Amino acid sequence: MEKPQLIVNGLRLDGRKPDELRPIKIETDIIKNASGSAYMEWGNNKVIAAVYGPKEALPKHTGDPEKAIIKCVYSMTPFSSLEEHGRSGPNRRAIEISKVTKEVFENIILVENFPRSEIDIFIEILQADGGTRAAGITAAAVALATSGIPMRDIPYAVSAGRVGDTVIIDLNKLEDNYSDADMPVAIAPRNNEILLMQMDGGLTREQFKKALEMIKNAGKVITKIQREAIKKPYEDLINKYGAKYE
Amino acid sequence: MNDYLKELISSGLRSHDRGNFDYREIKIKSDVIKTAEGSADVSIGDTRVLVGIKLDVDEPMPDKPDEGNLITSAELLPLASPDFEPGPPNPESIELARVVDRALRSAEAIDMKSLFIEENKVWSVFVDIYVLNYDGNLFDASLLAAMTALMKTKKPIYKDNKVIRENLNEYLKVNNIVVSTTFAKIGDILILDPTGEEESIMNARYTIANDGNNIRAIQKGLYGSFKEEEIDNMVEISFKKYNELKLLIENATK
Repeated sequence: MEKPQLIVNGLRLDGRKPDELRPIKIETDIIKNASGSAYMEWGNNKVIAAVYGPKEALPKHTGDPEKAIIKCVYSMTPFSSLEEHGRSGPNRRAIEISKVTKEVFENIILVENFPRSEIDIFIEILQADGGTRAAGITAAAVALATSGIPMRDIPYAVSAGRVGDTVIIDLNKLEDNYSDADMPVAIAPRNNEILLMQMDGGLTREQFKKALEMIKNAGKVITKIQREAIKKPYEDLINKYGAKYE
Repeated sequence: MNDYLKELISSGLRSHDRGNFDYREIKIKSDVIKTAEGSADVSIGDTRVLVGIKLDVDEPMPDKPDEGNLITSAELLPLASPDFEPGPPNPESIELARVVDRALRSAEAIDMKSLFIEENKVWSVFVDIYVLNYDGNLFDASLLAAMTALMKTKKPIYKDNKVIRENLNEYLKVNNIVVSTTFAKIGDILILDPTGEEESIMNARYTIANDGNNIRAIQKGLYGSFKEEEIDNMVEISFKKYNELKLLIENATK
């Protein structure tokens, strides 16, 4: 297949500048049964994240007497990509993503507050257009915040990459397929600690630094959207009933 | 034991008088399995990994009809450690295989186009990583073994719908050498090439694969986190170690 020209006159095929994110929308509490949940649209990605727990760790022997265990399932619906019908059950990619996502939240959740319990994080990709693991982590962070589970911070994730000599942020599926590098990163914005970092392709040391810089700048935007989504239900309540409590 | 090790490491010491960014002794032997098209046995200290390479005729991936396939898998054999259990691949072995795969693929270590046979027929290269003894740092040992084995892999011949695997003299075309360096973070201390004991108390792990010019793969693991300065430091060291590791591969594949 012919490699498309991904950057034309300094703009990407969807009209974005190299450092421009796709539009992100987050809505909370969309799964009534869950302790916390979020629906996210990130460009053409559609993602649901739901959190259950803390609850008793099962089977019991998996429980840790000192802290909660985190379980994470990242999964894609079989109709989420433009290619053929997906296979059911987790593939190796999904197992790896579930593992690294779990590790992000093991860091950020105050697991020591909930000995012998488990917290389940489910991420379902309904529609995929590149950057789904970053979208899943960003949405799950919001779901966790709305669940009231105490966290050190609200992490965000986004991917940076390279097309020729240009470092770009937030690759869509087409860019992901044909780019020269892809690097998803998750960060705790309060102290900029790096919670997840994966990379493939090729980056010089300079390009690597540039990519990390771009990720941190994009993080400011993503963090703001996350916080607004978490606040929104309460602001709606205040707008509706606020006068009565004055 | 754990507290003792943590104390030792935080006071800047390491067992066997090792510096924080020194490797244990690395030994590489190629061509150890005669039935495989390529193979290598690598030990880093007491960690020992065997890689076998087989080539089979297969269909190409639909989006890359003129290229061969690369299939990497890893087995954490129960005989390699009391902590490994039999059963289907677990997240740890899948992660190991996928990181090695990403490094080889990103660095274009193998010339994938040289694996084309005819329309709808290409060679699939199977890289099977078998951990024989676990004492930490499986990532670096596995990539060293895979890289070495691939460089000594002889390509079978496909003739009259049959695969000939004997008396071969054409080597698989290898274009680039990629190696990885794996760090552990214990408390606030970074160390290279963690042992099994050190891995049991690490809070985070960081693997960088590079080919001397470019970073080719990164994988951060576990719950701990890294500061940007720490990452810069590890990237720097990773590039410094490249020549040392490359030389070991070259000496083993002469």
